[in-house]
Amino acid sequence: MNFEYAAAPESGSVVKIDPVYGHFINGKWVNGSAHFNTINPATEEVLSSIALGSAADVDAAVKAARNAFDKSWSKLSGRERGKYLFRIARIMQERAREFAVLETLDNGKPIRESRDVDVPLSAAHFFYHAGWADKLEYAGVDTTTAPHGVVGQIIPWNFPLLMLAWKVAPALATGNTVVLKPAETTSLTALLFAQVCQQAGLPDGVVNIVTGDGSTGSAIVNHPGIDKIAFTGSTEVGKLIARAVAPTNKSLTLELGGKGANIVFGDAAIDETVEGIVNGIFFNQGHVCCAGSRLILQESIADEVLEKLKRRMDKIRVGDPLDKNTDLGAINSAEQLAKIRELTAAGEAEGAGRWSTNCSMPDKGFWFAPTIFTGVTQAHRIAREEIFGPVLSVLTFRTPAEAIEKANNTPFGLSAGIWSEKGSNILWASQQLRAGVIWANTFNKFDPASPFGGYKESGWGREGGRHGLSAYLKGSAK
Amino acid sequence: MSGRLEVMKTYKLYINGAFPRTESGRSYEITSNKGEFLANACLASRKDLRDAVVAARTAQPSWSKATAYNRGQIMYRIAEMLEGRSDQFAQEISLQTGASAKESLQEVSDSVDLLVWYAGWSDKLPSLAGSTNPVSGPYYNFTIPEALGVVGAIAPIDKPLLGFVAAIAPILVSGNTTVALASSSAPLSAISFAEVVATSDLPNGVLNILSGQQSELAPWFASHMDIDGLDISGLPVDQHSAIKEAGVENLKRISSFTEDTEPGRILAFMEAKTIWHPIGN
Repeated sequence: MNFEYAAAPESGSVVKIDPVYGHFINGKWVNGSAHFNTINPATEEVLSSIALGSAADVDAAVKAARNAFDKSWSKLSGRERGKYLFRIARIMQERAREFAVLETLDNGKPIRESRDVDVPLSAAHFFYHAGWADKLEYAGVDTTTAPHGVVGQIIPWNFPLLMLAWKVAPALATGNTVVLKPAETTSLTALLFAQVCQQAGLPDGVVNIVTGDGSTGSAIVNHPGIDKIAFTGSTEVGKLIARAVAPTNKSLTLELGGKGANIVFGDAAIDETVEGIVNGIFFNQGHVCCAGSRLILQESIADEVLEKLKRRMDKIRVGDPLDKNTDLGAINSAEQLAKIRELTAAGEAEGAGRWSTNCSMPDKGFWFAPTIFTGVTQAHRIAREEIFGPVLSVLTFRTPAEAIEKANNTPFGLSAGIWSEKGSNILWASQQLRAGVIWANTFNKFDPASPFGGYKESGWGREGGRHGLSAYLKGSAK
Repeated sequence: MSGRLEVMKTYKLYINGAFPRTESGRSYEITSNKGEFLANACLASRKDLRDAVVAARTAQPSWSKATAYNRGQIMYRIAEMLEGRSDQFAQEISLQTGASAKESLQEVSDSVDLLVWYAGWSDKLPSLAGSTNPVSGPYYNFTIPEALGVVGAIAPIDKPLLGFVAAIAPILVSGNTTVALASSSAPLSAISFAEVVATSDLPNGVLNILSGQQSELAPWFASHMDIDGLDISGLPVDQHSAIKEAGVENLKRISSFTEDTEPGRILAFMEAKTIWHPIGN
């Protein structure tokens, strides 16, 4: 029997999108000198025209941030700073529906996720860090309570508002001022956040938002007036930034790529595990740096898991991101879709077995059906490179030691999953895995109180929790 | 003439618990501050560094799995062995640097005390630097610091013993293994320190010691893809940016420090791991 769902679209009318946006500098809207379009990736319709930040725009933003740091923000007590963050958290909660719809329009992610994950977690990040602002002397054993000053922040397109919150909330709580650049394809929620800052009465220049592309980001990274850079994005760009920052006195934190191993032991609870595998790789279209993109199955249960997984994947609803029943939305951009296609073609060419669900997809927009590859070896590109799409590579193992060996056989080290019903086995595997976040019998869970970040080439530093704060305080190490 | 000729020590490298000569067959002359010949030290090569990294990598898993109590006791044992040879180390420091007997003895005492200070951190820092995190959901969530892996250390030129101990003790105590480059001009103290280590139950390969030129070896430390972190406190500040750039290829964690006693020296070479587990049945 086939139960069809009636369409249940969320109305887009709750948001008002301006035809053209400028930059948010020193508390005011500043016209851009050049512009580019931002589109809805589910329809390819133009949503708005976004300002392309120049070096001069970045310079103006840095000057505003420096002025705000010197004249207002660093003069405030932690308690007063914290109250601004509490205000921001509350306004984000009040305007949650707007943020969720706008995020889904601009990013392509399902409204179910923007509504239930991105927006509430973003508000929670501000609420959490607000409470730290007047308690920094308790924050760590190797940190001071001194902020860096002006922080340049460059964020990705996969969780546009949430990544803003991860960056801005700890920066402000610790007394830094901010120049933030949202990703080229997803600027709109950052620009709506600028309105929140205005409504909260945040002093001018404490948060500055300059939209643009890689050239704008480069202007931020290379600006001599910035004391610290925080970047989330690809390992490739992270290394470029690290090289650019090396000869300077800037601090740097990086949250980069991943190729997360999701290990299923023979004693795992299979049905729960299948749900966890789906959440691990198909959450947010697989546009997740910590996605469980390598499924590592014990041979004894591999066939059973794969059969159930395929059956479950067939139920994944791909389509209109604004529809509340949608599980998998649009791929964020044509460029990303091309990258996913290139890597999946490489998977087939290198001999892995491809299986995709037979879902119907809209004619317009950027779409990719949920896909798994079986018979993947560790040498295959789809086992080594981050695909950043709804594509799962499946490997198998016989002994626990082999599972760990395969899981750690990657230059990345961001996340890993463990599925087992035996506590001591979970703790053993947790110790062996070289990754910053380990999910045992769950996957893709996030919380402002929980430090997040990677080992090896997945980055430098942590975000969230007490550990995340230290990135925004001057430490003892240079 | 008294009739007896002194038996001189041959200073070699310390790799994987053994004292090999450099594979390059090269040496360089170490002189006192007055220019008198003291010894021919090994001029270690890139290949020696690579051999030492292999030893350190091999030793790392079991060293980091040793209990914190055990690591602390071994670090303390190193201090005990050093204390017992204070006079010899003081004399060697004086010969190399020209420091007075009193100053040299003070450097040895400070080195012993620093080892004891770091030894005590082994089973305390994880409590202070870890956390349980109150997440909004039915999950038990905690963060623990873990050793980074293989960490290189470029020891400072002056304070040939104390500077060396300050570099290696914080790296080792958390469960890292290390390859350390001794003071280029006064390497004898670090090489003699290997004899102390060799009688302290520190497993082979946990600490590997090279003598040679910073200018030759530091860039190879920075670009080695199997070194996870690097302490460049001993390098002149004007060379830091080039080393940091060379370390980007594997996103090496590179730090320098000005204080000998600070927990930040340990934490700089640790990773925070966060684990989630559902609560329920």
